[in-house]
Amino acid sequence: MSIQVKEIHKQFGEFVALDQVSLDFPTGALTALLGPSGCGKTTLLRVIAGLETADSGRVILEGEDASDTHVRQRRVGFVFQHYALFRHMTVLENVAFGLRVKPRRERPDDAEIRRRVHRLLDLVQLDALAERFPAQLSGGQRQRVALARALAVEPRVLLLDEPFGALDAQVRKELRRWLRRLHDELQVTSIFVTHDQEEALEVADRVVLMNRGRVEQVDTPAEVYEAPATPFVYGFLGAVNVFHGRIEGPHLRVGEATLPHEQTQVIHGAEAVAFSRPHELRIVTDPDTPHGVAAVVERVLIFGADVRVELDSLPGAAVRGEPAHYEVVMPRAQVDALALTRGQRVRLVPSQIRVFPSQAA
Amino acid sequence: MVAVGTLYGRGDARRYETNPATRETDWVKWLILTAALTFFLLFLLMPLIAVFTEALRKGWLTYLTAITDPDALASVRLTLLVAAISVPVNLVFGVAAAWAIAKFEFRGKRFLTTLIDLPFSVSPVIAGLIFVLLFGAHGWFGAWLFAHDIKIIFAVPGIVLATVFVTFPFVARELIPLMEAQGREEEEAAVVLGASGFQTFWRVTLPNIKWGLLYGVILCNARAMGEFGAVSVVSGHIRGQTNTMPLHVEILYNEYNFAAAFAVASLLALLALVTLGLKTFIEWKVERGLRDTI
Repeated sequence: MSIQVKEIHKQFGEFVALDQVSLDFPTGALTALLGPSGCGKTTLLRVIAGLETADSGRVILEGEDASDTHVRQRRVGFVFQHYALFRHMTVLENVAFGLRVKPRRERPDDAEIRRRVHRLLDLVQLDALAERFPAQLSGGQRQRVALARALAVEPRVLLLDEPFGALDAQVRKELRRWLRRLHDELQVTSIFVTHDQEEALEVADRVVLMNRGRVEQVDTPAEVYEAPATPFVYGFLGAVNVFHGRIEGPHLRVGEATLPHEQTQVIHGAEAVAFSRPHELRIVTDPDTPHGVAAVVERVLIFGADVRVELDSLPGAAVRGEPAHYEVVMPRAQVDALALTRGQRVRLVPSQIRVFPSQAA
Repeated sequence: MVAVGTLYGRGDARRYETNPATRETDWVKWLILTAALTFFLLFLLMPLIAVFTEALRKGWLTYLTAITDPDALASVRLTLLVAAISVPVNLVFGVAAAWAIAKFEFRGKRFLTTLIDLPFSVSPVIAGLIFVLLFGAHGWFGAWLFAHDIKIIFAVPGIVLATVFVTFPFVARELIPLMEAQGREEEEAAVVLGASGFQTFWRVTLPNIKWGLLYGVILCNARAMGEFGAVSVVSGHIRGQTNTMPLHVEILYNEYNFAAAFAVASLLALLALVTLGLKTFIEWKVERGLRDTI
């Protein structure tokens, strides 16, 4: 069951929540809508569900234009961030709700409803708690009930709005893996909204990155991380070092330093911004080396096999009035060999940088 | 609102007491307790006892005669009739108003919220006068009503109107904060699962607000039966026809028929006690419900 949205536009007063968004969600895939809060991801999910009406644009479910159909007729499963379980009903009745409100001729008989509910509760491993009320369950259990309830009506698509947002870290991780397994089992086309990049990269088949009501990039988790399409994606996914400078032929001039780059689409003399991941920077302690950007060691954080080194730009070398901060990650042995001390002056040599014209930043 | 508000405080009292940071010295504690209890005895308990003592002063026989007097019975019937009309009307209005305010965004919402409180802030006498000015013989619609032979003022419809007006806020006031706190998510979930508007209301919204609703209805009912000022203005005090119980009490009292006045008053007091009992029962139910959700 495929989902397409075409040129969806949605405005709340002056605020543009969705700016001509067009996307294709392939059948059977688990897609993450990822972005900072206020980027429009939840609004897009609600527009697809029919809980929100777009100002213009179309929602196409299974090749059929569903833009004008009521949420009731769309047959979508929706899982809310705060579960939205019916608090006065038992777990069993919560899951059965979608079946019980069907018109009489479509409604299965009571025994059949119970059979189906128990099968679903088995699936989410909660059959033992069927007679409990939502208030007697933990957050993780409630979210699993919410999922079973959404699945009970055999939805064509499953939409999850920050499904793990209200849970603590441990439970989140567990549920994440569990959701992935469940999806592999059911193969129902699913979209989930998250602002947690780790969650998106870990669970989804495809990641849609959104910012300010626009789609920045659509790719596999590996691709969005390895080859970010825009400065925003670079900055949003994982830690990153930023260098502001000017293009000088095959080099980027950052203060008194020059960094070689391979980008061909930037104009000579243009202001540019370059990105480099923490593991793509090398620290050179030789003060006479001509390469790299000068920096001062601020802190060395040792936990695990990798060490994180935090550095500041030299005093006086502030870019746009603010001192720059850098972060380098390297294996423990290398750091030990360098014997870094706080306040030490070093140079940072990137093994790779990606350059974007400044105005895009 | 009230039900939930009083409940949150309960578990905290003991914590205040056992915590040295917030514990008061003994004499402060006793002073406050004495002041509160004295007030309670003087102003609440004593009048209640006085009503029943006075009512029964001349014995059960007088008491029974007083309350089985045809005019007294007529006033009881009228009071029950007025409550039986105005409470359901305000139940429907109250749910609709609370729904509108809690679940929709619209222009003038704040104004409507303020307007709901109007019957609380305006003197009941003025509330009665409004209806006299509208429907009385010299009122806006007076001539038209007279021409069509419809009697509102100094008749039962006027009493019902005045009572509905005065008791309007109870249900709505009780439900608005409750419905606002509950938000829209459960209803959205129901609709996504295919429920119709009516199914959503009946199976999701109503069960969630039922205790608050019942609480509002009980308060509304208590006021509907006890209202004096507004009803007094529009009723005309026709014995056996437009006298409600509170008005009847006044008439008997003005005629120096104290035993009968207190007898009818004791009936009203009994109704109040039943109301209080129901209210306490609901609070207890709500508290249990709350404890389950925490």
